[in-house]
Amino acid sequence: MAPAAGLAIEHITTVVIGAGHAGLAISRFLTEHSIDHVVIERGEVANSWRRERWESLRLLTPNWQSRLPGYPYQGSDPDGFMTMPEVVEHISGFAAAISAPVRTGTTVKSVRRVDGGYHVATDGGEIRSRSVVLASGAANTPHVPEVRRAVPEGIECITTFDYYNPQRLPRGGVLVVGASATGVQLADEIHRSGRAVTLSVGEHVRLPRTYRGRDVLWWMETSGVWNQRYDEIDDLERARGLPSPQLIGTPGRTTLDLNILREAGVEIVGRLAAIRDGRALFSGGLLNQFALADLKMQRLLDTFDDWARNAALDVGVGPPERFEPTRAPASARLSIDLRGGEIRSILWATGFRPDYRWLEVPVLNRKGELRHDGGVVVDAPGMYAIGLPVLRRRKSTFILGAEDDARDLVGHLAQYLSTLARTVKT
Amino acid sequence: MSQKSINNGVNIDALLAAREALKGAPEAANFTWRASCKWQSGTHATSTVQGFHGLGDELRHKTEFSFETDHPEVFASEDHGATPVELVLVGLASCLTAGVATVAQNRGIQLRSVEAKLEGKMNLYGILGIDSDVRNGYDDIKVTFHIDADASKQDIEALVAQSQKRSAVYDIVTNPTNVTVEVV
Repeated sequence: MAPAAGLAIEHITTVVIGAGHAGLAISRFLTEHSIDHVVIERGEVANSWRRERWESLRLLTPNWQSRLPGYPYQGSDPDGFMTMPEVVEHISGFAAAISAPVRTGTTVKSVRRVDGGYHVATDGGEIRSRSVVLASGAANTPHVPEVRRAVPEGIECITTFDYYNPQRLPRGGVLVVGASATGVQLADEIHRSGRAVTLSVGEHVRLPRTYRGRDVLWWMETSGVWNQRYDEIDDLERARGLPSPQLIGTPGRTTLDLNILREAGVEIVGRLAAIRDGRALFSGGLLNQFALADLKMQRLLDTFDDWARNAALDVGVGPPERFEPTRAPASARLSIDLRGGEIRSILWATGFRPDYRWLEVPVLNRKGELRHDGGVVVDAPGMYAIGLPVLRRRKSTFILGAEDDARDLVGHLAQYLSTLARTVKT
Repeated sequence: MSQKSINNGVNIDALLAAREALKGAPEAANFTWRASCKWQSGTHATSTVQGFHGLGDELRHKTEFSFETDHPEVFASEDHGATPVELVLVGLASCLTAGVATVAQNRGIQLRSVEAKLEGKMNLYGILGIDSDVRNGYDDIKVTFHIDADASKQDIEALVAQSQKRSAVYDIVTNPTNVTVEVV
């Protein structure tokens, strides 16, 4: 575990950055290919799950789906949803089972291109490698829109990174911005704590928790939707930018959608478009956001029904269901005076971005996103990425999605190394 | 995804090619639209459009287009043209309709007819300064489409939803926009 003594540069074939489930899955296949490697981890195994999640969070995927390569869920509650300590235990168990060569407490300072590979500088020493796998996650830093600059003084701004539980919020009304899984879960939880909650809703993905008696993610997986490859998707950029589906993992397998939140007393407003003179201004396009989400959910359920009919699986599941459209509020407010005292804090559930500040290789586009073709980084031979949205398949960011992506990418990587070896010899 | 067998009069291949080309040339995607307005008399004015900027160049419509605006006689005006607020409805309707045709072409849906009716509700207490709690502009705009096309109801609803998602005027109407007015 100790870094090389002195200033000596270590030579390791492959450096994997990040010991979350994705980096560990890569390690598992590297070992299978007998490729010597190290997994560099700034904290502990499954670090983000330990430190960067709120208290009540559970996985969106049922336990039986939380399988890693050669490491299925073996507990007694296959239909349950793991809490964060359970996720940490699961991933740590996987790391131990595959004897992953993890170097914990080691932070990557920079990755540079050098002749024949990469130079990885860490706070524990320098490493030269032929290849690098970026498995540091898709959600390193919260993304908060520019409009935050106009929030008046006296309103506490919290990102979902800082959020832990409702008790730590200031008393008084909360504006939750964003209606992804995170946004709806936190709107629900904060509302239950007795605070008035206003939820600002832009583009969102609506899903019921269960459909025809099965978990909706069972349908996603079994019908093949989740296996759809990145190069088969019409609008890949859009697919990669979609917010997470409005789902919550609860023991009761409950659905959490905007109708339910509204019935409970959460006020729904449109996308936060601007803050002007202390007033938050919301888009009047809310109804179209509802229509788009309802139509897309409908289309997905139709896909499931068609698949079930063709696969003659209709017998194993309940009858097709149709859900009530998202109900329009009688009149959604278009503005709220943030200086009026009604809102005391704003919770930005507006997504995350990866952090590549240490990556000194020109592989980002003008928006700071990694340029990659299914995880094979463009213009950087030997560099790979895993764990990003729709990296190689729709399921790529889910725990069970790591296996197929890691297998493919390590296959590509092994091929690259052998080509490199031949080139060097001749 | 373009479908050769259907024709809504939209050159979708050219549009998709332009979309690809602009991805590699972000500066060319910056457009400036312009209009000029000249007061005639009373509430009557004549607006024209012709030149605009885009694709890194000064461009022009083939001809100058002109629009008369005024107010109806119940406003003690001479009714030489549409009221400006009606022109806003015209802008929204035509933008959404163009969007429906384009999205339909892209999705391989043959349109036979597309008609939209628009209603914008407004309380004059706002512009007349009678009640400061009443806004000047529309409280509510309702657009009703009647679309005859070779597609299911669900697909037609999806067309209309996508058209709103990609509409400039819908965005302008539903979201705040910074406006600077100067006198020189």
